Amino acid sequence: MSTATADILSFEEAMEKFDPVLGFEVHVELNTRTKMFSSAPNAFGDTPNTNVTPVDLGLPGVLPVINRVAVESSIKIGLALNCKIAERCHFARKNYFYPDTPKNFQTSQYDEPIAYDGSIDIELADGTVFTVEIERAHMEEDAGKLTHMGGATGRIQGAEFSLVDYNRAGVPLVEIVTKPIVGAGERAPELAKAYVAAIREIVKNLGVSDARMERGNVRCDANVSLKPKGQEKFGTRTETKNVNSLRAVEHAVRYEIQRHAAVLDGGGTITQETRHWHEDTRSTTAGRPKSDADDYRYFPEPDLVPVVTDDAWIEKLRSELPEPPAARRKRLQADWGYSDAEFRDVVNAGVMDSIEETIAAGVKPATARKWWMGEISRRAKVADVEPAELGVTPALIVELQGLIDSGRINDKLSREVLDGVLAGEGTPTEVVAQRGLEVVSDDGALLEAIDGALAAQPDVADKIRGGKLQAVGAIVGGVMKATRGQADAGRVRQLILERLGVEG
Amino acid sequence: MTDLTRLSAAQLAEKLTSREVSAVEAVQAHLDRIGEVDRAINAFLHVNTDEALLVASEVDKERSLGDAMHPLAGVPIAVKDLIVTKGQPTTAGSKILEGWHSPYDATVVRRLRDAKMPILGKTNLDEFAMGSSTEHSAYGPTRNPWDLDRIPGGSGGGSAAAVAAFEAPLALGTDTGGSIRQPGAVTGTVGVKPTYGGVSRYGAIAMASSLDQIGPVTRTVLDSALLHEVIGGHDPHDSTSLTDPVGALVEAARNADVKGLRIGVIKELQGEGYQDGVQARFTEALDLLRQAGADVVEVSCPNFRYALGAYYLIMPSEASSNLAKYDGVRFGLRVVPDGAPTIERVMGATRAAGFGDEVKRRIILGTYALSAGYYDAYYGSAQKVRTLIQRDFDAAFTQADVLISPTAPTTAFKLGEKLDDPLAMYLNDVATIPANMAGVPGISVPGGLADGLPVGIQFLAPARQDARLYRAGAALEALLEDTWGGPLLAQAPEIGGGK
Repeated sequence: MSTATADILSFEEAMEKFDPVLGFEVHVELNTRTKMFSSAPNAFGDTPNTNVTPVDLGLPGVLPVINRVAVESSIKIGLALNCKIAERCHFARKNYFYPDTPKNFQTSQYDEPIAYDGSIDIELADGTVFTVEIERAHMEEDAGKLTHMGGATGRIQGAEFSLVDYNRAGVPLVEIVTKPIVGAGERAPELAKAYVAAIREIVKNLGVSDARMERGNVRCDANVSLKPKGQEKFGTRTETKNVNSLRAVEHAVRYEIQRHAAVLDGGGTITQETRHWHEDTRSTTAGRPKSDADDYRYFPEPDLVPVVTDDAWIEKLRSELPEPPAARRKRLQADWGYSDAEFRDVVNAGVMDSIEETIAAGVKPATARKWWMGEISRRAKVADVEPAELGVTPALIVELQGLIDSGRINDKLSREVLDGVLAGEGTPTEVVAQRGLEVVSDDGALLEAIDGALAAQPDVADKIRGGKLQAVGAIVGGVMKATRGQADAGRVRQLILERLGVEG
Repeated sequence: MTDLTRLSAAQLAEKLTSREVSAVEAVQAHLDRIGEVDRAINAFLHVNTDEALLVASEVDKERSLGDAMHPLAGVPIAVKDLIVTKGQPTTAGSKILEGWHSPYDATVVRRLRDAKMPILGKTNLDEFAMGSSTEHSAYGPTRNPWDLDRIPGGSGGGSAAAVAAFEAPLALGTDTGGSIRQPGAVTGTVGVKPTYGGVSRYGAIAMASSLDQIGPVTRTVLDSALLHEVIGGHDPHDSTSLTDPVGALVEAARNADVKGLRIGVIKELQGEGYQDGVQARFTEALDLLRQAGADVVEVSCPNFRYALGAYYLIMPSEASSNLAKYDGVRFGLRVVPDGAPTIERVMGATRAAGFGDEVKRRIILGTYALSAGYYDAYYGSAQKVRTLIQRDFDAAFTQADVLISPTAPTTAFKLGEKLDDPLAMYLNDVATIPANMAGVPGISVPGGLADGLPVGIQFLAPARQDARLYRAGAALEALLEDTWGGPLLAQAPEIGGGK
């Protein structure tokens, strides 16, 4: 691997001398049941080359047929990005030879995207809002996946042979392209991350993509160029490919800004090229040279008829759009009465939806937050899964909280009950019964335990009798220990004082 | 007993339905005929003996049980080897697909199977349907049953020759610029290019997607109508497939009558460049039609003169992209060169070895025409010409119900005569190409002989009006057969042994 970490300028110095211009191409894999142009399942992680039809393999004689659901998903994305929707648009062929592309051309939209001229507002952590203009969102098909074997690096260089899996070939993609983003200044890396996060959130909220970056459902190519302060004309850009986490987007943009600045500051010129991001070294290396004259010999796909939309169809889809994520967040925070900090933590923990469902099931907002930000998040962290994936349902929380509110269990016992439920031992009530976790409410049993505790610590008992009420805690502790935590601490305290004849 | 191979498909179907003849007998008679003459003709690249007989025996069994059968059940058919078939090889006439078996059937093949029509085998063609003589087949040329030293037309020379040589009563062809009609003309058979979208292209190996169309190759107009109704109609696997019903084509062929029919003679498709004998037969046909009550008028289609040039930009452009998939990675030939076999070198060596010269010529032409900086001048201009040709048709069809021209400018030429002169070869399609450029349907019917070789007469109709072709075509066929005292093919010489 060429690790030539080029000289870079400090970010601060880069910002003193240059203004960054950003541009993003985000590929969103749609979660349609079948592929863009065939009836093969669109599924991740299956045995290689099983989700294929003759169409996906590009066998002689096959023809594509457009997936209507994919078109509807694309229109929804366009609408969510405030784009215009084309009344009529066409697919084109992008011709190039590569073994992951079964036909040796990609069927993609070229001069007629389904959606164009949109914009979205991106809110940064401190509340600053940037408007990002959307140039276009167009439909295309994904390529297959190559695995290079026999080399040390897993790359094509040095590999003995390569394997190709066409399961992904033909999976529907929407490519969202921004117009150049000018004026972000030092907030550029942060804006980059926030933009990709917003796109991911939008497509997830629309339900048109699984939106999992680690699976490649959302893939970002980040374009960066610099221009000297005060200059109008854009500098030469580089395109950093497949930056596949939000953090990497921020880091890659920051790195490229610093690298460009060093080159330009040293009197050099930027080569227009693709760059590869390396998470390990947090740097980019040169890919292939890219010029605007790359010749893909585009021409209209003759095997497909144009996609024609009409107002009735578009308005029907518009009426099906869910509430935009930003508006929804504002509404929920107000409804729940969370502070800005509390709400931000909830969002960052990824439990907003779960809390909403839990509240809808009848739990108070504060209580719902206590569960999801507390015990559930803690367990999720231990299990290394998302909180929502633990299998905790709103109904379960309702039942657990009900047991606490009725005094049958206490907070501490509720954790054990949750463990039991998650271990598959049954409902909370069943776990309470089976594990014998109910709070001991029989005074007789408690008094027995109290007598034992007093006898074990006669000096403490004397102190209490002498009026040192804060010493009661030690006896309470002994009782809780004897009852394995199943006593109501308040009741125990009251009984101890009565036993010793002390006024509480 | 009658020679079953001499019957038309309609006649054979009647004998099968009445159980006068069994399907096994019908298929066996054609297999015997293939065995007898195909060494000389080379119409078949693959003969599907066992399966054809099996299907025939199923037909006989079902018919004996009194099951309702498709009218053409048991009538055998040959399929151009550009159309994929499960259980038989499909080569497209190319070395690059030698030995390849398709895992799926073309829609038209599925429809043949649904109708229980036994498939006799796969017929020869110019490689990937690129040619007008079948000399560009990687598996040797097909010879014209009228004269074994002459070409049977192309690209579908195999299907036309098989039908002309009585090896099959019916065949399927594909027509991108005339590959059904021009072979029909030079072999004295009938060939139909349906309206674009009228027959599913799913499973037809693509040359130029916006021009390709599958159609019938037969000895009579009625037979073409019968076959057209089997293969036509909407197919959800082909986005360019029309949703209209296929239409009453057989009825049109049976009610042949040109009385009051306005027939437009295309001024630009006759005269200079057309062989005298061809022009003479064409003029006689017009006279016959006039006498039968047709209203023969002259129409002008001035932009047809640009059709050939525009065609030779659009067709290779689409072909260069359609043929990119033949790279040795997933199917077909793979050539691994000596030294480091990188993917680029394997692809290059495979395509260099697997494609013939004409295919390479068109890939290079098309790649160039689509290149940045040339696209507008070449592909873009050609698409504009296409629009102009469509307008010429629109205007002509306001004056006439059908248009008429010679199908090809000459009769069959000698093998090798034009092989080294691509431009002369391309000129064979000058009269057939406009229909493909505009998506309108066309038919070629036998028009008589010139110097002992068949001449074809072409009718063209507006898109979706294929029935008019059958009405006019069957009428001319009947008028001419009256003058000849029988089918033109009755005059064909007996085919000798191996050449």
